[in-house]
Amino acid sequence: MASNTVLQVEALSLATKSKKLVDNVSFSLGKGESLGLVGESGSGKSLTLRAVLGLLPRGIEQTGGVIKSDVRSAMVFQDPRGALDPLCPVVAQVAEVIYYRQKVGRKASRIQALELLEMLGLPDSLKRLDRYPSQLSGGQCQRIVIAMALACKPGILLCDEPTTALDVTVQRQIIETITSLQRELGFAMVFVTHNLAIAAALCSKLCVMKEGQIVEHDDTLSLLQNPTNPYTRMLLDSVLPLPELEGSEQ
Amino acid sequence: MEPALQVKNITVQYGGFTALDHVDLSIEQHTTLGLVGESGSGKSTLARVIAGLITPDEGEIWLGSQPLKKKRSREQRKNVQMIFQNPDASLNPKHSIRQILSEALLFHRIVERRQVEQRCKELLARVHIEEGALDRYPHEFSGGQRQRIAIARALSVEPSLLIADEPTSALDVSVQLSVLELFHTLKEELNLTMMFISHDLGVIHAISDNVAVMRQGRLVEVNSKSKFFARPETDYSRELLSAVPRIPTSSRSGGSYEQRI
Repeated sequence: MASNTVLQVEALSLATKSKKLVDNVSFSLGKGESLGLVGESGSGKSLTLRAVLGLLPRGIEQTGGVIKSDVRSAMVFQDPRGALDPLCPVVAQVAEVIYYRQKVGRKASRIQALELLEMLGLPDSLKRLDRYPSQLSGGQCQRIVIAMALACKPGILLCDEPTTALDVTVQRQIIETITSLQRELGFAMVFVTHNLAIAAALCSKLCVMKEGQIVEHDDTLSLLQNPTNPYTRMLLDSVLPLPELEGSEQ
Repeated sequence: MEPALQVKNITVQYGGFTALDHVDLSIEQHTTLGLVGESGSGKSTLARVIAGLITPDEGEIWLGSQPLKKKRSREQRKNVQMIFQNPDASLNPKHSIRQILSEALLFHRIVERRQVEQRCKELLARVHIEEGALDRYPHEFSGGQRQRIAIARALSVEPSLLIADEPTSALDVSVQLSVLELFHTLKEELNLTMMFISHDLGVIHAISDNVAVMRQGRLVEVNSKSKFFARPETDYSRELLSAVPRIPTSSRSGGSYEQRI
């Protein structure tokens, strides 16, 4: 493993008893780099991510390959409400992660949690009155989930379609938040999405997955400009065009 | 010609929360209105009010020259059909496709009993599903196919207004494209009047003739498609449009994070 590589996946294969789900997937991730895994549902992108985290669903096993990583990883899930405990107020949830992960006292962990939430642009009122996930909007819940992932001080942030369940304006805010946090904290990122445009905005390298295999991988720009695989081209064509806004910066 | 649908001064409140705040809207015959807005803006509530699933607290709805009251006749119900976001939840898992399609045909007496079989096959052909599908059940189909079946069912009763509430949001991008193409051909062939709800502006651009923007229960802008996408009138529409992620074309973008050495 090269010195600045934080994650190396070699010939990863995942399968249930009867079916191969991910076949011979390899990629590596350097420090501070971001990699996009793009594909449609059933292409195995989320499973690959879960294998990296070591959180495979029941019944699915790793049948081959190695995953080498010497840093911690943390994951942001697609559905923020589902990822949070509905019966526990949010600041307490973040503080709990810090308490166990960073082995600090209850009070200190709460202070750190509030700092983290402030960094993510959550309302100040949480300092006075903690709220339950159901009392926050989807975008705010996703920020809480990101805060919890970052509370582990991860070397790699794994994002499994973190913006799919959100509105476009909120999606942009979350993408901006993730980008600026990455610049600030320097973690590496694996970003799973089916939206090529989002992947292109966030990642410097892209892997296109189809039916459990990586069909094409390259730097973002060269992949978008010269897609060689017909599946990549099909995905690109599926991005619905929008006319340019008059008077916009572009 | 009078509009196909007129929504006049509709207000809906859920408890103390105002979901729709004095909304006025009309859809011309044989056009598609795209309704955009963020979640919680009242798009779906408006759709449900028009479909008669929610009774508004105030205001009235006119379909053509008829007012749609709280209690609607069978004919009026038939005339407004709706397609929902999640096809898994809108198709009964214990009914075969034959039952799903023929139930509406028989209930609204569209065709006689002995012609039902034939009509079901025609409907499936219209949405590009082979007729062998009739004896199968919803779980045997993919998400896109299920949505096609839901479309076939909605069209089976020949509605004068079709409401599609985020019909492609649960689908993969390539499947979304094929379902949109289907909507396009159906629109041309059947001269449909449609209200198409989506939060995805790309989808709205692909399907609509006119665009209406909702925010916090109010209609903030109604405009023709070309005007809306080039010169939106309100700041909110502009904000929505500029938030859509685009495929980078120039060499300066693409991977906004620079790699550290």
